[in-house]
Amino acid sequence: MKEATPSAARTPSRAAGRYVYRQTASPQEAAQWSRRRIIVTNLRTMIGRAYPRVIGLKREPSWMFFEILLPFLTTSAFVFVYRALQAPQEFIGFVVLGGAMTAFWGNVIWTMGVQLYWEKDQGNLDLYFTTPISMMSVLFGMASGSLVSSCLRAAIVLLVGALVYGVSFAINDWLLLGGVFALTLTALYGFGMILASLFVLWGREAYHLTQALQEPAYFVSGLNFPVAKLGALGAVAISVIPLAVGLDAMRQLAFTGSAATAGVLSPGAEALVLVAMTVIFIGVARVALRKMEWLARHEGRLTLRGG
Amino acid sequence: MSTSTSTTPLAIDVRAVRRVYKARPKPIVALDGVDLQVEPGELFGLLGPNGAGKTTLIKILTTLLLPTEGSAKVFGFDVARQTSEIRRIMNIVSGGETSGYGLLQVREQLWMFSQFYGLPSREGWKRVDELMDAVGIQDLAQQKINGLSTGQRQKMNFARGLLNDPWIFFLDEPTLGLDVSAARAVRELIRDWQAAVPGRTILLTSHYMAEVEELCERLAIVDRGRILAIGSPAELRQRVQSESIFVLEVDRLEGGPGALARLPGVVKALISTDADAGAPGDRQTVEVKLVLAEDAALGGVVSALAGLNSHIVALRKSEPSLEDVFVELVGRGFSDAVADETPDDTPNDRGTPPRPPDRAEALGGEPATVDEEPREPVAFTR
Repeated sequence: MKEATPSAARTPSRAAGRYVYRQTASPQEAAQWSRRRIIVTNLRTMIGRAYPRVIGLKREPSWMFFEILLPFLTTSAFVFVYRALQAPQEFIGFVVLGGAMTAFWGNVIWTMGVQLYWEKDQGNLDLYFTTPISMMSVLFGMASGSLVSSCLRAAIVLLVGALVYGVSFAINDWLLLGGVFALTLTALYGFGMILASLFVLWGREAYHLTQALQEPAYFVSGLNFPVAKLGALGAVAISVIPLAVGLDAMRQLAFTGSAATAGVLSPGAEALVLVAMTVIFIGVARVALRKMEWLARHEGRLTLRGG
Repeated sequence: MSTSTSTTPLAIDVRAVRRVYKARPKPIVALDGVDLQVEPGELFGLLGPNGAGKTTLIKILTTLLLPTEGSAKVFGFDVARQTSEIRRIMNIVSGGETSGYGLLQVREQLWMFSQFYGLPSREGWKRVDELMDAVGIQDLAQQKINGLSTGQRQKMNFARGLLNDPWIFFLDEPTLGLDVSAARAVRELIRDWQAAVPGRTILLTSHYMAEVEELCERLAIVDRGRILAIGSPAELRQRVQSESIFVLEVDRLEGGPGALARLPGVVKALISTDADAGAPGDRQTVEVKLVLAEDAALGGVVSALAGLNSHIVALRKSEPSLEDVFVELVGRGFSDAVADETPDDTPNDRGTPPRPPDRAEALGGEPATVDEEPREPVAFTR
């Protein structure tokens, strides 16, 4: 490092001392980070990025109305349809469980995938890219911050649904149920990261793609009916959509012994599908984020506002 | 352009960089063969109108954009391949930056960014408090950022930019939209930060000439993707003025300016026609514009005036402004260039591709007039 001397005219004021923090000997030294430091920084990034999401729940409580009460009305509508049709009681349980899991799908699409579109529009995305972190950490932070609200929403829908509509669960294998739930989330968020990578490069185009994905995904995921009823389409759905396979497995595990809960595959097999999805989606997301970042830098789209 | 004699890397080393954006009907050349070397510890300015390519260059150096051709290095790290290394030692603050999350308080917003640089949580809060104090926004700690004024927000942005104690700080129009007082505070902050540690480097872009002149040791004048001249403000001014010009005010001048024009070293002596001075007949003094071959000739003039019983009331050296330099280099006024290009080029200056076709042609190396033809850069060795 060349010790360049600032011009004589530049005499630091009393404030100057406050601008020195962990001073390194040279830029070359400052640029060399140990593997541990890289990992720790990315973990801290996750916490940092989760913070606005968590604090937002406290500062803007209106989310409870929009994200819990209103979606619960949709769930209730399906309950009344099944009741009118005198469907087996397990179907009411399906709907309530589906209503609870909708929270996570919505979270993945709108607060993770599309979020990078808003970040770009607000001018945050380019700042993220000028920091020494992986975009995966930012996305994990967003996901974990949103999980707080999504889990709360899911729990309330399940609890209130069970109480109001008299749903009784029959669970034999809590461990597998918990495992399938966790795997569904990891696979879902991996899928969300792939979606997010599209927003690094594209703006509105990816926004429209996400909008186009939402309703078909809801449909083939069998949020309000057993996905097995879709036949071949259901089989395709459980091979590509984490929500479809996760729900199918969770229904089988939550309503054990009911003929109405027959799934496409056994819960154990579906858990393996979810493991594979998690590995593939997160791996693809990692590569896609890098590739999309490079393309966006190449095409000058990292800072493009409004897509 | 300076050449480093040291084996240590330059803070900024840009060689033959071109940046072309895909656009219809033809590609847009935002940077057209830029060469720039900045030494560690320099406060270097890029001066040019909107659309000149300043922000595109900053985006390349901050790893947000890849050069289409050429190479760019920051402290020896290549912007295309060594992005992580560069991101660990640099930071950027742009004018009009609106980043952040409106529901967060200033202190929280800064803490969030501190986590992106790996500061331990408690240390992060402490560092944030120190920086808020340093930039003068400690009383805004609990204020939500969507309630900040432009000046307050920019101070917060500076605090964010200093969180990681960068070795190189990119400032892209940092005083854009600020009032006089806030802009002065920002300039003072820039000076203080850089002076605190030798080797800290700043690349400042601006289209405010006074700001660049006040802050920068060296600067480059940029227009239409090319660097037209590099040097210190004094060197650049020297470029448009090979002779020394003095304005002399005397109580009387017998024999008129001709008496001075005959002196050795005096090229011209004219009664000033400066409108501000009023009509010659109304004045109590006589103002003479002297054009001298060199400063040393002034001694002879002073002696001659004493012999003519003239008393000097005022004497000042007339310096050309950077505006004059710009006019000389570009063939049009700086403000004209800004006005001409602002509507179309503002988004492009932020590194975004869309531009109208007519502008694209001008940037593509097909200038409409001879005056607008890009000129070769002029280098001054420090």
